[in-house]
Amino acid sequence: MAKLKVPVGQADHSLGDEQAPVTLVEYGDYECPHCGHAHPIIQAVRKHFGSQLRFVFRNFPLTQIHPHAEMAAEAAEFAAAKGRFWEMHDTIFENQTRLGMPWLAEAAGKLGLSSDELKTSVANHEFLQRIKDDFMSGVRSGVNGTPTFFINGERYEESWEFEDLVGAIEARLPKKTERRKVS
Amino acid sequence: MAHILPPGTVAPDFTLPVTPDQNLSLSDLRGQPVVLAFYPADWSPVCGDQMALYNELHPEFQKYKAEVVGISVDCAWCHAAFAKDRHLHFPLLADFEPKGSVAKLYGAYREKEGCCERALFVIDEDGVIFWSYCSPVAVNPGADGILEAFENMKERRQNHGQVESSRRAS
Repeated sequence: MAKLKVPVGQADHSLGDEQAPVTLVEYGDYECPHCGHAHPIIQAVRKHFGSQLRFVFRNFPLTQIHPHAEMAAEAAEFAAAKGRFWEMHDTIFENQTRLGMPWLAEAAGKLGLSSDELKTSVANHEFLQRIKDDFMSGVRSGVNGTPTFFINGERYEESWEFEDLVGAIEARLPKKTERRKVS
Repeated sequence: MAHILPPGTVAPDFTLPVTPDQNLSLSDLRGQPVVLAFYPADWSPVCGDQMALYNELHPEFQKYKAEVVGISVDCAWCHAAFAKDRHLHFPLLADFEPKGSVAKLYGAYREKEGCCERALFVIDEDGVIFWSYCSPVAVNPGADGILEAFENMKERRQNHGQVESSRRAS
């Protein structure tokens, strides 16, 4: 079973409780249709588990087949620097077919960020190194396409449709009796 | 699964079409690490992912001065169309006529299906297989094994260099 070589840390984009018993890591590409399909599923899975689940997103843009994937990732990182990563992340996945600089600039504007600043940041590749670091950490962990998931540091190779993913996460939660003992 | 050539074996030399009117020989690449990536077919979705990944990693492979070469039984025209569609930055060789003859030399041919295995060979500067791996045919093997092989190769070279210089010193 392939393992996550770079553990989740402070630099990661993470949603949910740091102490959550299960951490789900996704390596994703903003222009990949499968990642687009996974996006609402992840949202539903997060809602289902609440504080039991922490979610982490890492960039894995395949730029040679997805011409807008890298700039979308750079836009999300730009928003992250302003504390708005997840809003940008969501809106990009919800508008996957519209990616491109005009739309990304508009999206930044809607979040109350400066469209011009975003354009400059992307043009200067301000956050590209971070994206490449994410990518290489994925390659080292055996990521071969997107989306690739890791549950508590172990590669998850099965179906990630809602019910299957819920089942896999449930199997990794502490048993109810044990939980009672802890509390 | 086929028995592919193991590490330590001298990589059999071959010459195959790389475009409809050009050939490439393995010996042309001597002096640099080479990755031979046998794969079943152009256009099938898993292969696409695997080649897309190597394409993305092209700059990373270049850090090790390594050349990646894809090999399948598709013909040179098919490879040309596939490479153009996927913007591939590395050569694809056509093991087309006689079909699969190079794959057979490496133990990476699937007789029943008449296509290549999904097999990886990392060949060192001297033309010796340093690492090889055969993946289940439906599974994209990723690139972690290749990068690890490059690193181990580099380490071996450095250690060897140290042994040589300590010999000279004594």
